[in-house]
Amino acid sequence: MFHWLARQRYLMDYTLAAMWRRKWRNLVLLVVFTLVVFLLASVSFFGSAVRFEAKRALKFAPEVMVQNLVLGRHALAPADWVDKLKGIRGTRNVRGRLWGYFYDQGNGANYTVMVADGSDPSLAVAPGEVIVGAGVARVREVEKLRNLLLLRPDGKLFKLRAKRILSDDSALLTHDLVLLSEADFREFFNLPRDAGFTDIALEVRNRREVATIANKISQRLPNARVVTREDILRTYENVFSWREGVLQAMLAASLAAFAIFAFDKASGLSAEERREIGILKALGWDTSDILAMKLWEGALLALFAFLIGAVAAYAHVFLFQAGVLAPVLKGWAVLYPQAPLTPQIDRLQLVTLAMLTIVPFIAATLVPVWKAAITDPEVVMR
Amino acid sequence: MIEVENVSRVYNEGRPNEVRALNDVTLRIPDHAVTVLKGPSGSGKTTLLSLIGCLARPTSGRILLDGEIISALPEHFMAKMRRERFGFVFQRFHLIRGLSVVDNVMLPAYPAAPDYRELRERAMAALRRLRLEHRAGMKVELLSGGETQRVAIARALINDPEWVLADEPTANLDSALVEQLLEEIRMLKADGKSLVITTHDPRIIDSDVVDVVAEMRDGKITSVTEVER
Repeated sequence: MFHWLARQRYLMDYTLAAMWRRKWRNLVLLVVFTLVVFLLASVSFFGSAVRFEAKRALKFAPEVMVQNLVLGRHALAPADWVDKLKGIRGTRNVRGRLWGYFYDQGNGANYTVMVADGSDPSLAVAPGEVIVGAGVARVREVEKLRNLLLLRPDGKLFKLRAKRILSDDSALLTHDLVLLSEADFREFFNLPRDAGFTDIALEVRNRREVATIANKISQRLPNARVVTREDILRTYENVFSWREGVLQAMLAASLAAFAIFAFDKASGLSAEERREIGILKALGWDTSDILAMKLWEGALLALFAFLIGAVAAYAHVFLFQAGVLAPVLKGWAVLYPQAPLTPQIDRLQLVTLAMLTIVPFIAATLVPVWKAAITDPEVVMR
Repeated sequence: MIEVENVSRVYNEGRPNEVRALNDVTLRIPDHAVTVLKGPSGSGKTTLLSLIGCLARPTSGRILLDGEIISALPEHFMAKMRRERFGFVFQRFHLIRGLSVVDNVMLPAYPAAPDYRELRERAMAALRRLRLEHRAGMKVELLSGGETQRVAIARALINDPEWVLADEPTANLDSALVEQLLEEIRMLKADGKSLVITTHDPRIIDSDVVDVVAEMRDGKITSVTEVER
């Protein structure tokens, strides 16, 4: 064992010297390899983080949402639907929800305006008060002014006292949120009390019965669109996975191109390298010594490139909000406005990425070296 | 002793460009002596040296070292043989550019993985003996022709082999350096090494250091002369 380690140390010593002697060629390989890993890892990190955020956000979403459709479009749900839904066996906590969007022309931002549903006392809002998300607070300088001034759709100024600013921890869910009391919401949007609700949320007593209850609701309210939490999650996954898939397919092509590039570089062993292999063999190096040396060379290069690429991708996604890939992956509406991503890495994906980049690279470089290493060292005599 | 028995070596066998470099060669090479393989270019002396040094295998026939067949060993053992029993001085020296003198000298010992300090001390001792200690840290491409050859000799001696094989060692040397080389051959012989040298240089062949001269022509041994002292 000690002898094996000592031998590897000698081989590595020689490898490092050899890599330094061919530093420009190795630098080109390192840069290209790092770039490929950076792009693939960025997509992977970004995907994991967004899925994590989506799951976290939907954890607080109601199990079932019922929307009224008029002319195939989302309209206000009549108030009496709440009682009708309460009458369906297996439902509980049926409540009408009021929410809408407000476009802030001055800042070019869209806010989600909602009535707090009262289930969380820390989010209770009295008339005249407002709770805002971190993004809204920043844009409207709420921390400094202690008030939120909004221009109502009818052009009148609407002033609310800021009770609280929500933290960045739940950014994806609350970044653009404005929480009001029901009275203020109806006044702001000029919505009469009998106009109904934006939609109706409910829970199901037995979670395995969600599909059955959804079916019953559709029969009882033929105009209604019934959306379950699972539906949202699935749609979200599908939309995002499709985007990620397209990008990964493109990057897989670049990975293949890189493998060909590496193979070409290695198979184009220069006359100098072939001569060097011949000399080492003539001096008593075994074929396995040559292969071990080249294995070290490939492994060092690949691991170094993988490490740099993965760390750069981490910084790109979690420190710089994936500036390069976000427009492609998110689309403009999916996560608007911007929310910081919580660092989240899928270890299995990372290991897969390592396997898909490091192993083909080493294989691509080793095969031609093996071919050169099994030739008779007699070549150095000619 | 090395015994070469009915050895032939054919390149590109069965193809239109087939070349029979050695043809049924038989030769005995004594220990602790300087044997010269003499002959014009293309006579097969370098091919014979390659086969003796386990750099290639004969197409037919066999080679024995101290009674043991070495020409049919598996590659792993051929490499071990090259590393432990033979030291090579190539015609073009074949030092690795970009490495220092001492690193080049240590190279044949790497697979055996000896203690690093001990190995470096051995390399420095070999360089000291060849008056190159002051060049130990210099890159080999900066050395003169004579110095390059002495580094190649030091490298051949690093594993303390019984046999030193030199291919046309005077091909790139002027008269003064040939004298120096003869001095080094004398030194090696005095140390008990066995040397096989291919050359057609009369300054070597006619020198007092040579014990056996085997003359080759067209891939065959035409004569073997033991030099009388």
